[in-house]
Amino acid sequence: MDNVIIAENLSLSYKENETIISKATFSIEAGNFVFITGASGSGKSTLLKSFYGAIGPRQGQLTVGGTKMNRISASKLNFLRRHIGIVFQDYKLIKEWTIEKNVMLPLIISGYTGNVSGSQVQKLLGHVKLTHQAGKYPQELSGGEQQRVAMARALAHNPILILADEPTGNLDDYSSSVIWNLLEGANTQLKTTVIVVTHHIPEGLTIAYKHYHIEFGTINEIA
Amino acid sequence: MKSLKNHISLIIALFTVLASVQIYVAVDRSIAAYESHLKNDYSVIVVASKSLTPVELKAMSPMIDRSESISTAQVLERLKGEMSPKNLELLKLTLPKFYRLYLNRFPTPDEITQLQKRLERNRAIERVEGFSQTHDTVYKLMLLFKDVVQIFSIAIATVTSLLILKEMRLWQFQHAQRMNIMALFGAPVWLRSAVLFRLAIVDAIIATVILCLAFFVINHYGYLTMQLREIGINVQLFNFVDDAIRSLVIALSVSIALTLTIVLVNHEEE
Repeated sequence: MDNVIIAENLSLSYKENETIISKATFSIEAGNFVFITGASGSGKSTLLKSFYGAIGPRQGQLTVGGTKMNRISASKLNFLRRHIGIVFQDYKLIKEWTIEKNVMLPLIISGYTGNVSGSQVQKLLGHVKLTHQAGKYPQELSGGEQQRVAMARALAHNPILILADEPTGNLDDYSSSVIWNLLEGANTQLKTTVIVVTHHIPEGLTIAYKHYHIEFGTINEIA
Repeated sequence: MKSLKNHISLIIALFTVLASVQIYVAVDRSIAAYESHLKNDYSVIVVASKSLTPVELKAMSPMIDRSESISTAQVLERLKGEMSPKNLELLKLTLPKFYRLYLNRFPTPDEITQLQKRLERNRAIERVEGFSQTHDTVYKLMLLFKDVVQIFSIAIATVTSLLILKEMRLWQFQHAQRMNIMALFGAPVWLRSAVLFRLAIVDAIIATVILCLAFFVINHYGYLTMQLREIGINVQLFNFVDDAIRSLVIALSVSIALTLTIVLVNHEEE
């Protein structure tokens, strides 16, 4: 099976003389469900950011979806991001837009017409149990509901890769279970690669997953 | 409320640019109308030792539109009682010919000097009188006024453009969150910045409409038009088709060009 992510001696840092991730070498196969764990400040979110090009490799090579991330051009990065769904811990919903339009965002960017994107959005809002909230604005929803909207948005354009940064960090049990079910569903039914950064791997998962742990800047696969 | 304040800032800035351009256009138009008024009144008097045909006179300079002979009969009639018929007949033969030359446009002082020299080069012409002194003073004042308005308009346009740039920078900060989120999902720079362009276009249209309304009010009350008419200038200060279209094009060009500058500078910084 093809690798969606290939890292070779990958080092990441925000400043010249610091190291967050040091010379990491690993690969993630297409269709995998991967957990990346680690203590606070261990660099798991930074690693996830490097997968969607928010931070570039300081040293080494990183390839995501066949695209080399070293000195990537803006147009190539945009193209890559149009095939990735991202779920952030702080949701990152556009507060001036309705829930429906927020979910539609990746489809608008990909140039889908109103009818196609409208039916897809309705379907996804149904999956996250928020159909009745479609016309509301993010600030009118609870944190759990906002994260479910973010989850629907991440799935809207059928991405090849879903990146989730602490997706259930501050959520109630119901919202957490909706999100895990959607991530599992995307992985098992659509064969979407899912990478989740989290402090704790949830119990009761029914799918097989890989687990990487970050400690002192090194990434180790946990058997 | 905050958004309205931001809109008003840009609309006022754009309106100022448009108003300064329109004032310059109106002054230019007034001067052109005044030139036409002067041209109709203005003529050059030529004293010639022999008869000259209108064709001969017109051939002396392309500036000459037409000519007419000034009759000497009135002068001779007055002298009838004071001179003998024989002397009168002799005077009639030796009296020079007078011509009034009308020009196809109002000349500048330099052009009058050139024309005088050109006419005097002809051996038949004894004297040329320009009478331009009085007209020159008003005309020069109007040209000075036009130059001052032009400099003033350029200064206003520069300062307000800088203000618009600053305003758009604020807009960009206001919409930064939305633009960043869109960037995370791969939106190209033009799509991320669409909101800025939309605001710029809407405000350009509003500024143009306000300018049209302002000039409609000025035209409606007619005080300025009346004042100009009193000094012989009959001019339309604002043409509701041509001027409105030009103003809209200027407002859109300024706002879109400045938005583009902000977007491109920000893109470079990224």
